[in-house]
Amino acid sequence: MSIFVLASAAESGAAKPAFPPFDPWHFPSQLFWLVLLFGVLYIVLSRLILPRLGAILERRENTIAESLDEAAILNEQSQKAQAAVETSISAARTKARETAAKARLKIDVEIREETAVVDANLEKKLAEAGERITALRADAIKNVESIAVDAGVLMAKKIGAKVKKSDISAAVKPLVS
Amino acid sequence: MTYFFPQIADPMHQFVVQKWIELPELFGFDISFTNASGFMLLGVVMIIAVFGYAASRGGLVPNRIQSIAEIGYGFVADMIRSTAGEEGLKFFPFVFTLFFFIFFANMIGMVPYAFTTTSHLVVTAALALLVISIVLIYGIYKNGLGFFKLFAPSGAPWYIYILLIPIEVISFVARPLTLSLRLFANMLAGHIMLKLFAGFAVTLFAAGGAYIALAPLAFAMGVALNALELLVAGLQAYVFAILTCVYLSDALHPSH
Repeated sequence: MSIFVLASAAESGAAKPAFPPFDPWHFPSQLFWLVLLFGVLYIVLSRLILPRLGAILERRENTIAESLDEAAILNEQSQKAQAAVETSISAARTKARETAAKARLKIDVEIREETAVVDANLEKKLAEAGERITALRADAIKNVESIAVDAGVLMAKKIGAKVKKSDISAAVKPLVS
Repeated sequence: MTYFFPQIADPMHQFVVQKWIELPELFGFDISFTNASGFMLLGVVMIIAVFGYAASRGGLVPNRIQSIAEIGYGFVADMIRSTAGEEGLKFFPFVFTLFFFIFFANMIGMVPYAFTTTSHLVVTAALALLVISIVLIYGIYKNGLGFFKLFAPSGAPWYIYILLIPIEVISFVARPLTLSLRLFANMLAGHIMLKLFAGFAVTLFAAGGAYIALAPLAFAMGVALNALELLVAGLQAYVFAILTCVYLSDALHPSH
């Protein structure tokens, strides 16, 4: 209940000026301190604080811009390196293809030479074999002749006919050869 | 037992200027350090503390306070750029000081028992006159008599000027009045409303009986008004600063 008393306590208080903001006694003091404090604030802000804040913001902007530039340069460099790698890879590939082609050519030549050598060898051997065969055949025929003559002589002897050996060989010879 | 709480009973008490430290008179004027000066000093110290800390830290990656200070810097710079153009930035320190001086004074005023420096017409009128003086002096210094083209916008037929020039002159003369009264009246009325509703809640509660049921309503209204006043405190600082920019823009480019 005590609080309720206050409302009237203020009303019955000493005769106050009706409206404090228009009470002129404090005008000089208000203006003096406003000029002083606003002036001090302006000087401190404009001379010390704001240039520094501005410099901080500018520095950040510059740093960001520089970093972006650097990133762009690095990106360009990496792209160049990529391109270089690609060209060197394709160069290596062509070189490898060339080397393979050369090797193939060389091998082809070698194969052809070797084949020729082997062919020649074979032909020689064939010829030799052919010669031997004809020699053997001639030999065999000669043997057949003598066998036929001998057989003729024996047959003549069995039937009791008198035939000379030279006649028999003369008769056989045209039959055999 | 009777307590004396004049700040509860009288909504005007919060605007009473009281001497804290008596100082000798200066040229016959009383310049004592009062509660008004004290809270003005508090605001200035807080501004210098916040922005000084941010500036002296100067990190490439800002922390919270530095970030807030930088946002404040960018906010004022953008405000000037959008209203007065790039040339307006030569007034950047002035507008910055003005905006944060008023903003901190208004915000400190929202704290209970604090004194609202900007609720006194002397202070707001002095600030408005400072702005208009700068506009006039700089306008005439830069444009010479061309500054007075401000009162005669080009492109109207001659007979319109008979009407137009007096209107422009009156609107120019009204600027310091409206500039100072707007801030003063907003802060004064807002704080009176706050105190009235807070006091009303207490009175209703003290009245007892069925009135107690109404007390929370008055208190809720006080809470809602507090939120509104917080908005007004920020907004009025912004309005004062942006109108300053608009007036400075007139000084920079008088022929609009």
